[in-house]
Amino acid sequence: LPPDHFKSTAATCHGPRAPRAPPAAMIALRTLLVASLGVAVALAFRFTGPARHARTTPSMKVDHAPLPYADDALEPYVSANTFSYHHGKHYKKYVVTTNAAIEGTEMEDWDEVAILKAVYGKDQGLFNNAAQSFNHKFFWSSMKPGGGGKPTGKLAEMIDSSFGSYDEFRKEFATAANTAFGSGWAWLSYDGSKLVVTKTIGADCPLTTEGLTPLITLDVWEHAYYLDVQNMRATHVDNFLDHLANWDFAASNLEAAMA
Amino acid sequence: PRVGAAAASRGMASFTLPDLAYDYGALEPIISAEIMELHHSKHHRTYVTNMNSLHEQIEEAAAKGDASKLISLQPAYKFNAGGHLNHSIFFGGLCPPSEYEPPSGELAALIEAQFGSLEALQDKVTAATVPVQGSGWGWLGYDKAAGKLAIATCANQDPLEATTGLVPLFGIDVWEHAYYLQYKNVRPDYVKAIWQVANWKDVAARLEAAKSA
Repeated sequence: LPPDHFKSTAATCHGPRAPRAPPAAMIALRTLLVASLGVAVALAFRFTGPARHARTTPSMKVDHAPLPYADDALEPYVSANTFSYHHGKHYKKYVVTTNAAIEGTEMEDWDEVAILKAVYGKDQGLFNNAAQSFNHKFFWSSMKPGGGGKPTGKLAEMIDSSFGSYDEFRKEFATAANTAFGSGWAWLSYDGSKLVVTKTIGADCPLTTEGLTPLITLDVWEHAYYLDVQNMRATHVDNFLDHLANWDFAASNLEAAMA
Repeated sequence: PRVGAAAASRGMASFTLPDLAYDYGALEPIISAEIMELHHSKHHRTYVTNMNSLHEQIEEAAAKGDASKLISLQPAYKFNAGGHLNHSIFFGGLCPPSEYEPPSGELAALIEAQFGSLEALQDKVTAATVPVQGSGWGWLGYDKAAGKLAIATCANQDPLEATTGLVPLFGIDVWEHAYYLQYKNVRPDYVKAIWQVANWKDVAARLEAAKSA
């Protein structure tokens, strides 16, 4: 992080400060102090489960989390062009709208998981925005360059015991993704004893079902794939399963859920 | 929706993809040729294909009296048949911008009486349609019982009449495939623009049919 990062975001959240030119010794001391502060702040933000990401901009309530990879890292399967809209417009709007809605309420400092659980069944509008904020952040991490294929370790064992084999899991997941009749999501979740595949419509997610912990998700809203593969949702699904699925993320979510 | 003659002669329903009354590029610059081609030849065609396949499965299950199977086929049937119905109305309700004519006669009178002006009607339909969550449709419909125009929205491919009882007059598809390649995430621009290609003659014909039904 640049030396001025924490000072400017914590205090005023305005644009970058005008550059100053203090003596070299002062720069070195300031860098050391801010680095220490940075470490202290990072330690203060704990992970409380798969949905909780450390805040990097303390003044925002729900954060517009950056992609965990460069915007062209998933090409040719998901293009930088798609991310410019999906991450830069759709996801951003959900976050901004959520923050505007919770301002001045008791939920002001809550993260998107807490918000969506609290308003589920009560405030459809806020639920949609908070849940989509969660869903998209979860989705970015559900993909990685060089992903896809078969998982290993505990996750692979549980896939075999829950579905019979990876191939049977793959078929069920693909079917769920391809038959979400409208805008929706396909999920692999842990239900407390085994893994389950579900599909949801709109902003719905497994977090609102008692006992379900999501492990990995695939967005099948058309905006997730239309610029890249147009109507071919099945291609989008295959791309995810064969080339993008981040099984490390799913495995760490499973580990946390079973802990 | 048209039933294929050959299939009908076998006593089986078979639906066909209706042709457009205009070329794929004819609605430009309001809706791009690329979108129209994908929308008609891929999306709509897929609904028709799936609907026909489901019809066979439904007829088979009905012949066997397999209620459980029939019920399990319902979501897919509603989705695909709804998709076919909706898109047939949608494409017929559009015309090239050069052929655009505002409503006249009885339709115009009804619009004036209920909304004050065409613009007011369009604004109301737009305002209802833009915020549809995810995939769905905005509709101008006709309430036969009340003898009035009505505005409604439906989710996914739920067909207007079966869902609400309103007779569909003009539909606006707000599934992202209907506009995304051209308008990207800016759905409001698409919905506001589509009025420039509204085929009010088709709307009037549907209203006429609804009144005499």
